Amino acid sequence: MAKRSIVPFGPQHPVLPEPVHLDLILEDETVVGAVPSIGFIHRGLEKLVEKRDFKQYVYIAERVCGICSCGHGLGYCEAVEQVMGIEVPDRARYLRTIWVEMSRVHSHLLWLGLLADAMGFESLYMESWRLREKILDMFDETTGGRIIHSVNCVGGVQKDMDSTMLQHILQAIDDIRGEMKPVVETFMQDYTVQSRLKGSGILTKEDATALGAAGPVLRASGISYDARRLGYAAYGDLTMEPITAAEGDSYARCKVRLKELFQSFDLIREAIGKIPDGPISVPVKGNPSGEFFMRIEQPRGEAIYYVKGSGTKYLDRFRMRTPTTSNIPALVEMLKGCQLADVPLLILTIDPCVSCTER
Amino acid sequence: MNKVSKSPWLLHYDASSCNGCDIEVLDCLTPKYDIERFGIINTGDPFQADILLITGGVNSQTERVVKQLYSQMPEPKVVVAVGICACTGGIFKECYNIKGGIDTVIPVDVYVPGCAARPESIIDGVMKALKVLDEKQKAMKEDRR
Repeated sequence: MAKRSIVPFGPQHPVLPEPVHLDLILEDETVVGAVPSIGFIHRGLEKLVEKRDFKQYVYIAERVCGICSCGHGLGYCEAVEQVMGIEVPDRARYLRTIWVEMSRVHSHLLWLGLLADAMGFESLYMESWRLREKILDMFDETTGGRIIHSVNCVGGVQKDMDSTMLQHILQAIDDIRGEMKPVVETFMQDYTVQSRLKGSGILTKEDATALGAAGPVLRASGISYDARRLGYAAYGDLTMEPITAAEGDSYARCKVRLKELFQSFDLIREAIGKIPDGPISVPVKGNPSGEFFMRIEQPRGEAIYYVKGSGTKYLDRFRMRTPTTSNIPALVEMLKGCQLADVPLLILTIDPCVSCTER
Repeated sequence: MNKVSKSPWLLHYDASSCNGCDIEVLDCLTPKYDIERFGIINTGDPFQADILLITGGVNSQTERVVKQLYSQMPEPKVVVAVGICACTGGIFKECYNIKGGIDTVIPVDVYVPGCAARPESIIDGVMKALKVLDEKQKAMKEDRR
């Protein structure tokens, strides 16, 4: 009979940049169950909405997570704008889209690097992160920050991009697109990578729907859903189709993210081609009164922002649900039946963002 | 730069950071900044680490983890607080679950401000930490005599 044991995983673990804890229930080396426990980086950001006025809170919303910071700022601002009935200028909508797509590129390249690192494929990790630096340089040039940009504000954006900056962005994405070719080939065709990814951590279409998976995890299980098609920011004017894969294994999740990178390049190019001239923000008068649910597509999946105001400059409630929160049940399902050595890799394939989850 | 007397190993822990500083710490290892050229390696093992890099303020859950990691590291050891949250609590200072900076729990030797701290300043902080490490080592040797 197989020997049952419980192996604690985390909170401090070499493969995870962030603390999360799992109790892995093993039968010999096979995982039969996993009990996640979270709360290591809970700060209580939602409560802070009572101490900062609704315009200042953008800075807090952006610091919910450092990787998807631009998207959190956007989601919060759009929700408040909907409550207040503010019409954002067209140029601001396009600028927001360009920055959010750039942060998707940076997030996906970061994830590819971490995946390669988890496999022990050091040179692939270094190459992915080297390419990511080009996007960070562009952030540095256009916003003044590498990670936290603070460009979104209620009523528009704070900084404009001139035509030189837009040309530099196009140049940077062209460079990355060219240099990505060998990276994509390695991820998709290399024997070692395939042997780690193919057939591991399968999430069926039914499970993905039942467990409420989001983002690339959902799309890799064959469900064509992308919140960008709701048409917030400038996505309504741009053409895009959700990228899906049918297999539902780690390899499919990797493939979806690789294709999404190229989709983001196309979206950035299209947005830069269509960007209109005009003001970048409108003055905001009065205080928000009412409530609104805003849904946006973060690099990791669909995120929901809820704001409720009662006519004072402090909001009554801000609530968010982030993609990693909805992907954790799917992760627990994926882990069942895998080998202990595959656990770090499988945790990575949902692209966990613990600081989003715990806030 | 002066001669580095030791190839120190880093241990990185995220106390309650937003990820911003964490990915910048990882960024230091990658080709553009390449902290490994100083012989510095990011290790996951506290028993082999000389420098503890901590990002984010301390909350009630991570407090015991931070203390445990610090106690597991061999002497001499240096603590670097990366990012303004690790220094003082920063933008999250008023959150109900944040105790404050890392120095409320363990002694900190080098403070690296910034939100998020840039890789250049993190590398600078680590180089300053090396100096502190040298001094601590010297003091330990003299104690033994």
